[in-house]
Amino acid sequence: MSMRTGRATRAGQYLALTGYLVFLAFPFLWLISTAFKPARELGSLHPTWIPQHPTLDNFRQAFDEQPLLQAAGNSLLAAVSAGVICVLIATPMAYVMARHRGKLSAAATGWVVVSQAFPFVLLIIPLFLILKNLHLINSLAGLIMVYVVWSLPFALWMLVGYVRAVPAELEEAASVDGAGRLRTLVSVTAPLLAPGIVATALFAFITAWNEFFFALVLLKTPEKQTLPVVLTHFIGAEGAADLGPLAAAAFLATLPSLLLFAFIQRRITGGMLAGAVKS
Amino acid sequence: MTLATPAVTERPGGRTAGRWPGQRRKDDGRGGERAARDRATWFLVLPALIPILVLSVGPLLYGIGLAFTDAQSGRTRSTQWIGALNFQDLLHDTLFWDSFRIGLLWAVGVTVPQFLLALGLALLLNENLRMRWLARALAIIPWAMPEVVVGIMWRLVYNPDAGILNETIRDLGLGDGRDWLTGFGTALPAVIVVGIWAGMPQSTVALLAGLQNTPHELHEAAALDGAGAWRRFRTVTWPALKPVALSITALNFIWNFNSFALVYVLTSGGPGGRTRLPMLFAYEEAFRYGQFGYAAAMGCVMVAVISVILAVYLAGRLRGGDDK
Repeated sequence: MSMRTGRATRAGQYLALTGYLVFLAFPFLWLISTAFKPARELGSLHPTWIPQHPTLDNFRQAFDEQPLLQAAGNSLLAAVSAGVICVLIATPMAYVMARHRGKLSAAATGWVVVSQAFPFVLLIIPLFLILKNLHLINSLAGLIMVYVVWSLPFALWMLVGYVRAVPAELEEAASVDGAGRLRTLVSVTAPLLAPGIVATALFAFITAWNEFFFALVLLKTPEKQTLPVVLTHFIGAEGAADLGPLAAAAFLATLPSLLLFAFIQRRITGGMLAGAVKS
Repeated sequence: MTLATPAVTERPGGRTAGRWPGQRRKDDGRGGERAARDRATWFLVLPALIPILVLSVGPLLYGIGLAFTDAQSGRTRSTQWIGALNFQDLLHDTLFWDSFRIGLLWAVGVTVPQFLLALGLALLLNENLRMRWLARALAIIPWAMPEVVVGIMWRLVYNPDAGILNETIRDLGLGDGRDWLTGFGTALPAVIVVGIWAGMPQSTVALLAGLQNTPHELHEAAALDGAGAWRRFRTVTWPALKPVALSITALNFIWNFNSFALVYVLTSGGPGGRTRLPMLFAYEEAFRYGQFGYAAAMGCVMVAVISVILAVYLAGRLRGGDDK
């Protein structure tokens, strides 16, 4: 940066940036603050930013009121399965799409783009009927199947970018050395793709962990429901809610995806851009 | 096609696009190699292709078909084909068009300010400022949060008694505050603010990456020529940023128009339908009242509108490509 920037401009920039920081941070800070406040402070007409008497009661109460552990277990199972299955089936297809341009690849790319525009209601009604016939309503297996396909477009999008980043010459060289195609794929390409595959799997995990609409429609009983669905049970029918436990449970539900996301954020950005700019 | 005869395939400098990297041409000139390659391709593609066809393409076509039937949940009588009757009913369904109007208001109300705010933040983050890392770290939060949690979190902010928004308003002496999410006039603006907050990070990051692809020398040259900040932005930054800007605006508009979870948690479409987005309406129609056929018809109308937007976007993008 060699361009000179005036002092007044700089001050204005810092002021604007501070505004952004406040806007981005304050709801999250308020969530945390609410989660640690005792009931008495939550009932006060003049709430404070910092809890006067911080407590963990809300967390205890949250676990008492709703089957949070079970819901977290369901979410974990659905998200891990979706992440693993998604990359297992997406990686070979992404390889073909990246290296082998033909009608199939073009159609797959078209599907990736178009699938971004589905209103899910058009998808969920037939899926509901199909899964009902297969007796897979209110089952995590049915939900996982939906999540896998739902994560596929973006997973393919990311993975195609990663495959293109592996120089085809490396594969050529290995094959000149006498390695078969499969061996080339496994011993040369796969290791180079590994970081991208992990990032994609984590992304599919986060997507499934956060998902709400399909889970709301497909899971009926509380024992089967995932964390986002169970969270909405804290909000009563009339919108009246026990604020403390609600905040505590919401805060806990965010942590896994927040931590994973911080870990893979750069890679997702890269994948997103590859799609947005080139495609 | 091109591989019909050995003479074509072996032409020097001929197209090799159909070949696996690292795959050597054999000289036998038979089709066996191609068949093996096709088998390998199908082997790699089928694990993803089958689920896509069975759980995505198929249901989508099925869904469009349902729009022309009187399908209902839990009914014993078989479903009848009723032609365009659902669509005729939709035409006269003022509640649906209300929700459609609200959906467009919401999508525009979120997408446009979100883009402008994201552009501002991206330009700031592209400068050499001290708090940059903090802003980048914070920008992750809305992106990684489950939409349900975002909704819950803002309910806490908007809470009429225990919320920070009304408390701030009281502290500043601006009055008593109000019940934002249940007020007829305030509900839609209130949820739009949440939508802007929730989607800003993606747009910011995409625009920031677009900015960092702009060659810095161009800026310097323009600055030396005496171009002010606004002219530098218009002549150097914006042209480079346009493809990204167009992509994210079109995608954000579509996502926002189709959104569900955020508003479901914040208001469930209330008060009095003032925030009932089309997806919420269709969801209620399908899974509360069991009107599968009718709800599918709503989905079709939504797809039609989105397709128009997508077409405009693609046309704009193609034109943009011609400029180069």
